[in-house]
Amino acid sequence: MNCELEQRTPAFGLISGVAGTFSKDYTLKLFAQTCFNRFFEFEVKNAYDRGLMKLPIYLSVGQEHIPAAITSVFSDCLIFAQHRAHSVYLSFGGDPRQLIDELLGRPTGCARGMGGSASIHSPQIGMFGHSGLMGDQVPIAVGAALGSAKPVLTVMGDASAEEDYIYGALGFAVTKKLQVLFVCEDNDLSILTRTPVRRSWTLCGLAQGLGLPAVDITDDPWLIAHHVKQFSRQLPAVINIRTCRGLWHAGSGCDGPPEWNRFALIKETMKTLELEQDALAIESETERTVQNLWAEQLRKS
Amino acid sequence: MGRTVAEVIRETTRDHLTNHRGLFLGQCVTAVGWIGGTVPAMSEAEGIVELSLADVTNAGIAVGAALAGRRPIYTVRYQGFMWYNAAPIVNYAAKSKDVWGVPCPVFLRAIAMEGNGIGPVASASQHGLIMRMPGMPVCAPMSPGEWTEAWNWFMRHDDPLYVSEHRRSFAIDYEFHNSIEPEADITLFPISAARLNAVEAAHALRKEGILCNIQHLVWLKPFTVTDDMRHALSQTKLGLVIDSDFEIGGPSRSIAYDLMHQCGAPVFALGLEDRSAGVADALDNPTPTPERIVRVVRELVRSGRTVPAGATIE
Ligand SMILES: Cc1ncc(C[n+]2csc(CCOP(=O)(O)OP(=O)(O)O)c2C)c(N)n1
Ligand SMILES: [Mg+2]
Repeated sequence: MNCELEQRTPAFGLISGVAGTFSKDYTLKLFAQTCFNRFFEFEVKNAYDRGLMKLPIYLSVGQEHIPAAITSVFSDCLIFAQHRAHSVYLSFGGDPRQLIDELLGRPTGCARGMGGSASIHSPQIGMFGHSGLMGDQVPIAVGAALGSAKPVLTVMGDASAEEDYIYGALGFAVTKKLQVLFVCEDNDLSILTRTPVRRSWTLCGLAQGLGLPAVDITDDPWLIAHHVKQFSRQLPAVINIRTCRGLWHAGSGCDGPPEWNRFALIKETMKTLELEQDALAIESETERTVQNLWAEQLRKS
Repeated sequence: MGRTVAEVIRETTRDHLTNHRGLFLGQCVTAVGWIGGTVPAMSEAEGIVELSLADVTNAGIAVGAALAGRRPIYTVRYQGFMWYNAAPIVNYAAKSKDVWGVPCPVFLRAIAMEGNGIGPVASASQHGLIMRMPGMPVCAPMSPGEWTEAWNWFMRHDDPLYVSEHRRSFAIDYEFHNSIEPEADITLFPISAARLNAVEAAHALRKEGILCNIQHLVWLKPFTVTDDMRHALSQTKLGLVIDSDFEIGGPSRSIAYDLMHQCGAPVFALGLEDRSAGVADALDNPTPTPERIVRVVRELVRSGRTVPAGATIE
């Protein structure tokens, strides 16, 4: 396995034909969730650009398919994510209306307006809020795995992975054989600082050094699902996913096209699976659904 | 003879693990002295979890276990280690209920230790570190009854609780009593190990004809000025809060401020000096000793009513 930091391509670690190993129904569902997450984020951006939100927002555009892929094969778990977690919340079944309300600072929001974009949660789906301190969800997730009989998912970023307590958390999880899936959404950015500027080591290298199974892969959703499924039988394990943040760290601006456009690539793959028409229908249908949902929620005062 | 604080902690822990799905988390627990005899000799399968030396991680693990409903007892063997451990506690456990409505009850036993050449290494009490952040009550029990009261509070509530313990309390098998004397010259409000020293100092002062009221402080946050405190202060019109934590920016000054404003009498503060402790006896920076308390009280009683309220004494 290659652990080099600069391995950033849309095909890094790709297994040829992996998408074809999943059923048609599976793929359509995965795509529908991806579209839901993506269009939801576009609606957040719209509302934000119209001045309806007075808080920092952390959009997952470009990374929206990652939690959709994870939940498709690993869902009955406790969830500890960090600030860029709208798509995590939505993929695992969080109520979109409550998230909209949270972003609008309403008392009916999922954190009653206390958390905002960065600290969303949902007891109904077993998702715990984030404190805003990068990476602190990771040892907390490990403690939750220790204390509960449930598998636990924790999602961090490539920068959070550098927090010193991540090492301790990985080490404790492997020592006590805890059921934790550690996922790193590696967009190669800590705000605007690239990973190689910050460190010379990789999370997978660290994890493997500690004795955890780990893979470093690109963000193809079928590839992610493939590995998550395998790892779910041998937890704890680490997946580092090379991905591209589409918009600014906080806010809705854009610094130009991403290194690769995964959403377009997903549709390419669906074409090869002869699901192009289904994909088009799902895309437009989901866009409409999400827009209606937002319009309806915005009308409420 | 009653049970000691150590015995009470050990048996309460055993019951928590045996009957309430509780967990006990700490470093180097199951060896040496089992943390001063406060930990029951139970196995990991029974709920005693040995943690690695990753202090920040460990506090996070305790937070996670609390979120999972296990009401962990998390033990920090030297209270000075709180500077590492505090982050997940104050930023998550203490906020969780306010921000998300999700309780995160961790019983944090932070153990102060001093003397024996421990010097600058993580010694002293650090309850002030936690007191300044919202969301977590702070107490400093020294007797079996007080520790039990803290535990019962924890089990009745769903908040995290910071329990500032002191090694000197472990052998204590009696309860403390507040005293108010009609002719008293000063009211002392000692905290943690300072309570033992204050009692000793009061005996010595009595021989010189200086009488002290003593109002022992156990619950530091929220801090409530009781009727007895008010009554004692209205009589002596002079008070001194004595703490085993640092004085500047510390609990002694903060509590003195509350007392002063609510009772209208000057109340002074005495805590650790603003310097690093050294290993050699003469360089240590311990809880105000009986001798130091005697000196300060003598000075205050002599000139206290003319010293501006809140001024640094000594
Ligand atoms: C303990 C801590 N240190 C620093 C920050 C400031 N900060 C907020 S987000 C961020 C970058 C996080 O990057 P990453 O974990 O890769 O997630 P991404 O934003 O790329 O999704 C930083 C440095 C913080 N919030 N908490
Ligand atoms: Mg990043």
